[in-house]
Amino acid sequence: MTSSSGPSYTPAPGDTSLAIELRGISKAFGPVQANKDISIQVKRGTIHGIIGENGAGKSTLMSILYGFYKADAGEVFIRGQRTEIPDSQAAIDAGIGMVFQHFKLVENFSVLENVILGAEDGRLLTPSLAKARKLLKQLAEDYEMDVDPDATIEDLGVGQQQRVEILKALYREADILILDEPTGVLTPAEADHLFRILKGLRDEGKTIILITHKLREIMEVTDTVSVMRRGEMTATVKTAETSPEQLAELMVGRKVLLRVDKAPATPGDVVLKVRDLRVVDDQNVERLRGIDLDIRRGEILGIAGVAGNGQSELLEVLAGYATATGSIQMNGQDIDLTGHASDAQTRRARSIAHVPEDRQREGLIMDFAAWENIAFGYQNDPRYNPGLLMDHAAMRQDCTEKMARFDVRPPDPTLAAKSFSGGNQQKIVLAREIERNPDLLLVGQPTRGVDIGAIEFIHQQIVALRDEGKAILLVSVELDEIMGLSDRIAVMFDGRIMGERLPSETNQGELGLLMAGITNGTAGEAA
Amino acid sequence: MNDTLPKWVDILLIPMINLALALFVSGIVVALIGENPFEALAILVNGAVGSAYGWGYTLFYATNFIFTGLGVAVAFHARMFNIGGEGQAAIGGLGVALVLLFVPWPHWSLALLAATLGAAAFGAAWASIPAYLQARRGSHIVITTIMFNFIASALMVYLLSRVLLVPGAGGAPETARFAEAVRLPSAYDIAPWLGFRRSTPLNISFFLAIASCIFVYLLIWRTRLGYEIRSFGKSEPGAIYAGISPFKITMIAMLISGALCGLMATNSVMGEAERLVIDPVQGAGFVGIAVALMGRSHPVGVFLAALLFGVLYQGGAEVEFEIPAITREMIVVIQALVILFTGALDNMVRLPMERLFLSMRRKPEAPMPTRTEEKAGS
Repeated sequence: MTSSSGPSYTPAPGDTSLAIELRGISKAFGPVQANKDISIQVKRGTIHGIIGENGAGKSTLMSILYGFYKADAGEVFIRGQRTEIPDSQAAIDAGIGMVFQHFKLVENFSVLENVILGAEDGRLLTPSLAKARKLLKQLAEDYEMDVDPDATIEDLGVGQQQRVEILKALYREADILILDEPTGVLTPAEADHLFRILKGLRDEGKTIILITHKLREIMEVTDTVSVMRRGEMTATVKTAETSPEQLAELMVGRKVLLRVDKAPATPGDVVLKVRDLRVVDDQNVERLRGIDLDIRRGEILGIAGVAGNGQSELLEVLAGYATATGSIQMNGQDIDLTGHASDAQTRRARSIAHVPEDRQREGLIMDFAAWENIAFGYQNDPRYNPGLLMDHAAMRQDCTEKMARFDVRPPDPTLAAKSFSGGNQQKIVLAREIERNPDLLLVGQPTRGVDIGAIEFIHQQIVALRDEGKAILLVSVELDEIMGLSDRIAVMFDGRIMGERLPSETNQGELGLLMAGITNGTAGEAA
Repeated sequence: MNDTLPKWVDILLIPMINLALALFVSGIVVALIGENPFEALAILVNGAVGSAYGWGYTLFYATNFIFTGLGVAVAFHARMFNIGGEGQAAIGGLGVALVLLFVPWPHWSLALLAATLGAAAFGAAWASIPAYLQARRGSHIVITTIMFNFIASALMVYLLSRVLLVPGAGGAPETARFAEAVRLPSAYDIAPWLGFRRSTPLNISFFLAIASCIFVYLLIWRTRLGYEIRSFGKSEPGAIYAGISPFKITMIAMLISGALCGLMATNSVMGEAERLVIDPVQGAGFVGIAVALMGRSHPVGVFLAALLFGVLYQGGAEVEFEIPAITREMIVVIQALVILFTGALDNMVRLPMERLFLSMRRKPEAPMPTRTEEKAGS
């Protein structure tokens, strides 16, 4: 904190009606300026949203507030008091609680044990446990936070685990609660429940900071919203006085089309026919429990579901990573599900292209240059292999052309894949897969970690491929994306398809119930 | 490989700094036992590269290290740590000996061709078992290749003392001398005008080592197989996505690695000893690991690192001879320091360098193009 090191400097006192005030926070990581002179005021007793694309600097800012990073410059005021936060204990002492995207719970401890972990009152656990039990009971009544205090964490669903995280913060008497992308793993119903809890806490006078990239959540639950872009705070507005369109524009810096613009589908013949597909994983757990699907030419079939309900396995089997039982027909011909002819090369030869869910682990080799990645998966293509040696000039040429057509920035084939932003990495993968003109395109999480500006472009490319009469299987945990892009929606839960709906005849609520395994009011039997 | 550093820094400057640090610490060690470190360094350098005699040994050792260094490097590209170069080279020597002892070759060139194939095939075969265990059973290749070094060593002792021993030849555990017809041309035979002596161990397999460097370069960076090996080495899930079989690549990369280590025997067994002795490798398999690390698994880097270790071996022997207070063990300490600084402590120099270059780059580089038109701003 260079600005405060002068001996004669006395900071101006902060406004005591503010829970948090940041003044001129800057933080650089090497050449990357993650936070640039950020000032923000968070009023007590409000829900304050911080929205921005991946890499906009939201998490860095919150990490500074929680004592994980030390700011290069700037000051932090908490309830009007200038506060140094050298580590997370200082943040906890200052009444700040943080709920991370990835929970930090001890899986085989009970809820109670997790809640008091690190905040025990003495050497003996019993008094702490009794106190926590009482508090939990109180909180459960106050805010619909009912969690069985004696349940083991690993037996709880993600929504409940998240509530334990919130309880942990409340037990430490936090009155400022920061939640980092809290709905990423929740069903819509669970997200609604979370929002009810947050509103209840706010009404009790707690201050809540909600970090998210989802515009819908911001509009639904926050009082005030701050927008970050490229490390800077571009605006702070009252939620009631703004619109998703305006926020998107503030996030990206230009007008963005939030809705997918597409003509009605004109489905043709069945391209992919899946019958009774079953997959058993290494631990002998059945991940797919008899999937039946048809995908036709010229349509996008969206698979909705909470992460971990078999969507990844479905993609993997279709793409040729995993063995399975049942049958898959591609253009009327059987595809091998086991043995040598069931690998990804064979699938590509059968005109199945694949944009994987995890582009950084699977879809790209991050250390390879873009031109090397343009051949990834198609390294056997005779175009790249005129003789014994690969034709690097041809690969570079191909990459330059594809980068131009897919507007990859910067359009430099010699840069390593890891040097591109998430959106541009995804464009490289999409360019490679779509330009193969496949009969079937498998797409997993096409816009995860992708900036809003690139989302629009990626959606347009997927729709354009559909309009050329190709079949597309879309897997996404973003319900908005599924609703906007799909011509037909299948909902997966626990390795099964719970039902199919047309986007025009359904709504988030109905899909949300299916995603939770509930059909016609009866709960699906969970494993 | 690394975007944050210019290539010349990555390949040249950092190894040089590492080497300087190693020499500095070695100098302190030498000074501590009361000898003049500058004198020792002068003897080392002069003994290694100050005469044709010195070069004859330096390049001979370097040839060994190029083969084993390349072998380890190829495995590195597939993200496998082949510690078994020692055993693979020894078994490669067995291959050379069998080929040369039991076939009456009319000319050395045919014999070299056959010995090359024999050395590669035996080295590869020895590497294939740990490779299979890794690929199919998940047994860690570091553990299995180390164990296979011991097995190779025991096997060699058994074969040389029981099976291949020459009857009535004094009982030394070694095979009969190879026929005169298969003797490889030495540096003296090829280029006597350079001043090499008749006894120089440097021989024509030095060129085989250079050819191997070119082969490895083309294999790794220009062929589809190399592309697949590198892809697999960088990301196994990525390889599966791309339809590259992890089993196939694990096997092939280790076979090539073992074959390259085995090739070392053309230099040491066929070129120098001209018979199979009990330990034809003399630690070159382990030096190969340091060479591959220091050479960043690139053939040019491997060549230069092998040359450096050749200098250390030959120059070290001279120092040991000239300064009695500096013993054989002392030389090993110095070599170990070089390995420590270039291999294990690489990041000690690398990270500060990366920071330095990042901060240097930050100033001249223009800021990212930002769109400033803020029409809808607040």
